[in-house]
Amino acid sequence: MNKLISTVSPHFSTKRDTTHIMLDVILALCPAAIASVLLFGWRALLVIAVCVGTCVLSEFLFEKLCKRENTISDLSAVVTGMLLAFNLPVTIPVWQAVIGSVVAIIVVKQLFGGIGQNFANPAITARIIMLVAFSGEMTRWVNPVGGFFDEVSAVTGATPLVAMSKGLPLPSYLDLLLGKHGGSLGETCALALILGGLYLLIRRVITWHIPVAFIGTVALMSLVCGQDVLGQLLSGGLMLGAFFMATDYATTPNTKWGKIIFGVGCGLITVLIRFWGNYPEGVSYSILLMNILTPYISRLTRSKPLIGGAKS
Amino acid sequence: MKLHGIHVPHRKNTADSAPVRLAPPKTVAIPMSMHIGKPAKVIVKRGDEVKVGTKIGEADGFVSSPIHSSVSGKVQKVDEITIMNGMKVPCVLIDSDGEQTPDEALAPPAVSDYQSFVDAVRDSGSVGLGGAGFPTHVKLTVKDLSQVQEVVINAAECEPYITSDTRTMLDKSDYIQKGIELLRKYLGVQKFIIGIENNKPAAIAKMQALAQSVPGMTVMALPSIYPQGGEKVLVYNTTGKLIPKGGLPLHVGVIVLNVTTLAFIAEYMETGMPLVEKCITVDGSAIKTPKNVIVPIGTPVADLIEMVGGTKEEPAKALYGGPMMGIAIPSLDSPVMKNTNAIIVMGKKEATPPKTTPCISCGMCVNHCPLRLDPREIALAYKKNAPEDLELLHVDLCMECGCCAYICPAHRPLVQTNKLSKAVLRNYQNAKKEEK
Repeated sequence: MNKLISTVSPHFSTKRDTTHIMLDVILALCPAAIASVLLFGWRALLVIAVCVGTCVLSEFLFEKLCKRENTISDLSAVVTGMLLAFNLPVTIPVWQAVIGSVVAIIVVKQLFGGIGQNFANPAITARIIMLVAFSGEMTRWVNPVGGFFDEVSAVTGATPLVAMSKGLPLPSYLDLLLGKHGGSLGETCALALILGGLYLLIRRVITWHIPVAFIGTVALMSLVCGQDVLGQLLSGGLMLGAFFMATDYATTPNTKWGKIIFGVGCGLITVLIRFWGNYPEGVSYSILLMNILTPYISRLTRSKPLIGGAKS
Repeated sequence: MKLHGIHVPHRKNTADSAPVRLAPPKTVAIPMSMHIGKPAKVIVKRGDEVKVGTKIGEADGFVSSPIHSSVSGKVQKVDEITIMNGMKVPCVLIDSDGEQTPDEALAPPAVSDYQSFVDAVRDSGSVGLGGAGFPTHVKLTVKDLSQVQEVVINAAECEPYITSDTRTMLDKSDYIQKGIELLRKYLGVQKFIIGIENNKPAAIAKMQALAQSVPGMTVMALPSIYPQGGEKVLVYNTTGKLIPKGGLPLHVGVIVLNVTTLAFIAEYMETGMPLVEKCITVDGSAIKTPKNVIVPIGTPVADLIEMVGGTKEEPAKALYGGPMMGIAIPSLDSPVMKNTNAIIVMGKKEATPPKTTPCISCGMCVNHCPLRLDPREIALAYKKNAPEDLELLHVDLCMECGCCAYICPAHRPLVQTNKLSKAVLRNYQNAKKEEK
């Protein structure tokens, strides 16, 4: 008698697995990565490489140590590394980038059970921890170096959000869009981030709900508060946050309404911090705070099974 | 409101393959349970001479179905067979004489009113041929006929590979028409909707031409989104009515019949030949020449594969039905049954399930479930062994269509968890009832 495989249906499945999804996210991050090198020079690439390398290595070693199944091939550690690097100034000392990456993977992700189990976004949480631990280095912004676009010298400069809060002149909208202003290395080029976000939407890695709710709320609140709407949208980490960080699967709600509530919440907290807080930027904090609320939002917005009316 | 679903590959390789009638195998094995309900009672014994259409199993009670010999020959023995739900049922093995002589006693049934029509349907041995195998006469038994507002004819055929319903529409449209007229005459229904997935343009054209001459018949070309042919999904998408949990289509005034079942009933009324053969799609990566064939019920799958030209690689998995909801058979000795509409034989590559990885909480399962269940939460509740939670999550609503497991990027066995969860919930609810 032939030995046949006997499993429960379905006997078919999509080829799109976790690795494919992460690969899509990596691809979507590539335009911004290229922009960061063009804007800030080769050191941007170094920071990205250090973060990615450290993230993958710490995941590998931690899982080895704990005798867990190795998951580096799902590429999620690469995504975390890229996102963390995008959130750092290009001048960050390498050893600090290494510590940040270790914190992201081991403390925020692995100690909570690994992929899919962490309650907070590893890259964002690591960035916030670094902001507290290395506040000097983490806020030393440089303007984009020359050579690639134009002859701007590598002087320290204020980010547009700081400029706005101090009433200093803002870079032109075009410069904001292209990223020719101070900021974290991967957050300045709004155009590249929007392109990547659109790619994620087209590939259905993410849905429109969180980015639209997040960006929409910031736009609306800026309008209501009499702020420069376009300036607010194109500055700081909003595009990076709305498309790439607030759409992380494990730490955000799954349902349509849950996502909308999450996005609106992120938007509100962001503008609260930006307009009235002590910090010039609030995207990271808003996402972390909403991450913490996610289980409650999920419970409130659970999918309602179609049980139909009463049997007549 | 839109019901969610998934895009699956169609692989309708055999849509243009007109079914070929195969010679009977040397021996057929006919189980007494090829339907939902009580197994039939064997009424033949070893050595009995039977012909095609001779009754060999008597329906045991209302929700059951009679069973007929599919070959002419001699009863070799009455054996036992383990069917898919793990139950052991009697199985009649008949050695074929190769003649396929029909039983002389067979004659078109005398049908004059609703009751005699339903009786004739029961005697035909008809069960849901789409795969579920629910006895047709039970479906047609309605206390108050005015309750039935419309009949939905299920011709969606949303499973990959399978084209046997497509062939019914292309080759037996006259019987579909006659079937509709029978239902109009004896059930008094005036509205007939046939739902077909739009990946079958030839069948849609044929049915639209038919609808010209059949009053009250509507053809609906439906998007090819699996599980379009799931009963709840089809009824909702054709009539806008949602069948309540635990309810039947009748609760919303609808009777659903598979298109091949309908054509078979009409054919039976004309010929008196009960359900003894099936048109089956034989396909899958291991099959050399995929095609549609007509074979006697009880034909062993191994014989069937041989008769269509064999395999091009070692069979690693064989299915009754399609890859989304089909059942993996334990061995190639398993027979073709009444409700078998396809035999899919997979080679090693197609058959090997992908590796399961950790859940990444992407929510794909929730967002693709046609009935909006939350398979991820169900899996957590199952792991916690919390039947109260499973009850709140309505896991008993799950129709096991497989969308969640198909779409899951971590390839988690979500249908399996749902099935197990349903059993946990059933035990819990039964225990609660007993307490009261």
